[in-house]
Amino acid sequence: MSAPVDPDVVLQAEDLRVWYGTERGPVRAVDEVDFTLRRGEILGLVGESGCGKSTLGRGLLGLLPEGAARDGVLRFQGRDMLGLSRREQNRLRGNELGMIFQEPLTRLNPLMRISEHFSETLRVHEKGISKDEVERRSLEALRVMGIPPTRFRAYPHEFSGGMRQRLMIALTLVLRPSFVVADEPTTALDVLVEAQIIRILHDLRDTFDTSLLLITHNLGIVAEACDRVAVMYAGKIVEIGEAAEVFRHPQHPYTRELLRSTISLSTTGLNFIEGAPPDLTTPPPGCRFHPRCPDAMAVCATREPSALDMPGGSRAACWAAAARHDLLTLDAEESAPLEREELSVADEA
Amino acid sequence: MGSAASGSLPRYILIRILLVVPMMFVLLSIVFLLLRVAPGDPVTAAVGDKLSPEALESRRAALGLDRPMLVQYLEYLGNVAQLDFGRTISDNRPVLEIIKNQGGATLTLTLGAFLFALLIALPLGRLAGRHRDTALDAVIRVFGVVSYAAPIFWVGILLVLFVITYVPDWPTFGIASAETEFYVPDRTGIILLDAVLANDSASVLDVLQHHVLPCFTLGLLLSGVIIRLVRVNVIQSLKDDYVEAARARGIPERRVVRKHAFRNALVPVITVIGLQFALTLSGAILTERTFNWPGLGNELVDYVTARDYVAVQGLVTFFAVAVVIVSVVVDVLNALVDPRVRY
Amino acid sequence: MRRTLTTIWHTRGLARYLLLAGVLLTAAFVVLAVFAPWIAPYDFAQNSTEAGERLPKLAPPSGTHWLGTNDQFYDIWSRVVWGARTALQVVLLSVLLSALVGVPLGLASGFTGGWLDRVLVFLMDALYSFPSLLLAIVFSFLLRSAVGGGVLAAALALTAVYIPQYFRVVRNTTVSAREATYVEAARALGARPFTIMRKYLFGNVVQSVPVIGTLNAADALGTLAALGFLGLGIQPTEAAEWGYDLSRALDDTSAGVWWPALFPGLAIILLITALTLVGEGLNETLNPALRRRRLQQVSFAPLSREGGAR
Repeated sequence: MSAPVDPDVVLQAEDLRVWYGTERGPVRAVDEVDFTLRRGEILGLVGESGCGKSTLGRGLLGLLPEGAARDGVLRFQGRDMLGLSRREQNRLRGNELGMIFQEPLTRLNPLMRISEHFSETLRVHEKGISKDEVERRSLEALRVMGIPPTRFRAYPHEFSGGMRQRLMIALTLVLRPSFVVADEPTTALDVLVEAQIIRILHDLRDTFDTSLLLITHNLGIVAEACDRVAVMYAGKIVEIGEAAEVFRHPQHPYTRELLRSTISLSTTGLNFIEGAPPDLTTPPPGCRFHPRCPDAMAVCATREPSALDMPGGSRAACWAAAARHDLLTLDAEESAPLEREELSVADEA
Repeated sequence: MGSAASGSLPRYILIRILLVVPMMFVLLSIVFLLLRVAPGDPVTAAVGDKLSPEALESRRAALGLDRPMLVQYLEYLGNVAQLDFGRTISDNRPVLEIIKNQGGATLTLTLGAFLFALLIALPLGRLAGRHRDTALDAVIRVFGVVSYAAPIFWVGILLVLFVITYVPDWPTFGIASAETEFYVPDRTGIILLDAVLANDSASVLDVLQHHVLPCFTLGLLLSGVIIRLVRVNVIQSLKDDYVEAARARGIPERRVVRKHAFRNALVPVITVIGLQFALTLSGAILTERTFNWPGLGNELVDYVTARDYVAVQGLVTFFAVAVVIVSVVVDVLNALVDPRVRY
Repeated sequence: MRRTLTTIWHTRGLARYLLLAGVLLTAAFVVLAVFAPWIAPYDFAQNSTEAGERLPKLAPPSGTHWLGTNDQFYDIWSRVVWGARTALQVVLLSVLLSALVGVPLGLASGFTGGWLDRVLVFLMDALYSFPSLLLAIVFSFLLRSAVGGGVLAAALALTAVYIPQYFRVVRNTTVSAREATYVEAARALGARPFTIMRKYLFGNVVQSVPVIGTLNAADALGTLAALGFLGLGIQPTEAAEWGYDLSRALDDTSAGVWWPALFPGLAIILLITALTLVGEGLNETLNPALRRRRLQQVSFAPLSREGGAR
């Protein structure tokens, strides 16, 4: 099957699923996710802890633990990624797909010099590259990240956290991948370093035309750095669209509540979403957010909403939003407010 | 930048060496308590049935054994500090001379055993750790358990039986053939070194051949411990963050295991090999007995059988000193290998 | 305790089979040891038949002597069976004694702390760093004149060797448990130190003892055989001992005589392996960090929605 390939689309996921095997059966960490990423685009991925953000990011690169599996369609520059052999995947990783991790402190091999990290990465992907070329390219990548060439032969433990994250970015970018996943790259760093790293990531698009999936729980970073944003809840993308539009006119109640929970200087009261995300081995039927949703209707508990284009340009999977914009009509029974038992004390704790 | 890190290395080593003093003191006190204070009169025990009471008395006086215990204790510590481990009662030899003459055989035995152990254990441990919970892993683990559980002297006997049957000309006992012992002049106390110094290739080959069976036997025992350790460490380091990061850079799995997980898994192995020195000594005693190896373990058992407390005390003291020194050397080596320890 | 057994019962995969194999093998040796007089055709030091006929010397395995006879005219199968009795007696005695000394000592040392703790730790660490066989040699050397060369002397020598191991583990567990919140809470409620130790720490600490116990038993068995092999263990007149039999067998190896060496050695290795498997199995099942979870294979359910408009 040959889908029309838009040369501008770098990454395309359709009904992508990433499930973990456990003792109790599969955990549906990423369940039927659709999105596309264009050249040079920065897509923010937000959601609570445990909603499947990191799994999605790793799943795109094929970095999955034992017992996990992927299903659906994942195309990278038109190539089917799920059908690739392990070797072909390895060749793409690093070269075309890069990843930046949350905790930079433990991501470098403590027994290897920085120079060895670079030469290993370059030599694996570009057979027969000369020593001078390795050094020239590595130092160039370090220079872009503001790390002096004198420290090229130092060991990882001789660097601070912020510097190590810049090292990791340099190490990811030395091969010029066209797509990079950044998994909460600043969570472990202090605020000033955070701004610096975000600035660097943001500039990547201009320098290298890199597409970036920026996973974060910091909505401020998304507003600052991302073109588009996808909101994940319980393994599903519930809303995706232009960052400005999603923030200004959130369509999904979860997006709205998430935005309301954000603490900023203008915050007057503390908001939070009652309850906790569901257990992903046995997710709730219908819309997965319905047990916690303030707008839940009868239909939400029984049928899963599909993602629909909203008038503002974003897509959301929500019965209430769709009905509000007359994208579909619900009968009186379906649109009746959901009757539910009170949240148990344990859930509130 | 590097200077701050390496600057603390000498300090670390200095502190580590200073810690030797109390450790040595405790070990020597235990040895003295057990072998000098507890058993009573060593002269009677060793040669009581051969000499008259007057002769025994004069032997005791000559050895200074009639003086107060505290005096003897202080003298013992002082002597050990000067590397004087006393004189045997049964055949009146200085223990230091025994150590000089027979220590070389024990040294080459243990070094050879470590070589075999590493050759066996490192690849097997890595394989088991990488293919965790497969049939291969199970086989390697059982091998590890069995080679540790098997009494070393039994393994030795079986190997001798095997070699006698299938390679009848291969030497199975002793450290060298009679001709080699006769023709190679003793210069260093280490016969392998002497043969090399004598530039006699036939003798070198002969001594090496004699080393194979005992070293392999002792190495097998050690490999059991090291296999387990390497396996667990490889499993641990394969879960480490930098391993995932290396995979994310597209480093092939084989290289990830070899260069990242395995290298980091080896760091604690150095420490444990040091801790296994005690096990090695125990094993060496048995190996020497099995192969009639002219080393310190063999001597020790002979003196125990002769009930020569002074000789046993001297040899055990030497073993204690060796244990302490090896533990220091291992810690220092560790600091040199792992750049993080220097902090 | 019941929870422990349930955990063991519900462990799956390799760990369970290894544990099971270890338990069965150990049980087989216990049967040999307990029923030795009925199982063994001859007494442990019997070199002639009831009729007074001398047994053959170094006869290879045959129908009359299943595992052959050795250089002392003994029936090797009988020696192996009686050896099981000696081995289990010594090991059981020494494990019980060293736990009996090491556990309370570790508890007291860890709980009181202070200079006593420091001195004991230093002493035990020094003993621990010593080659265990060397210690066993020294102790059996000392005990021979006091207690003789029998089962008790061997057990006592091994006891002295293994006390530091119990001490270390129990003391370290105690120290960390002492700082735990529930002990602090008990102290805040005014419980006396002794009550705290008995009620709150003991159960916690004792969990690790079966594991060390079985692993030490395996180790002790090896040390016992080693002492016997060196001629420093149980005297041949006192009981049948595998290690001693092996030392006798050593002399005949150059003649290619294999049966006196093979069978006692096999007995040692089987029992040590069995005990190790039990110890490791217990460790792996009781220590959740080592437990391997069995992952279920992921099989994808059909897509939940009917295509979806895009």
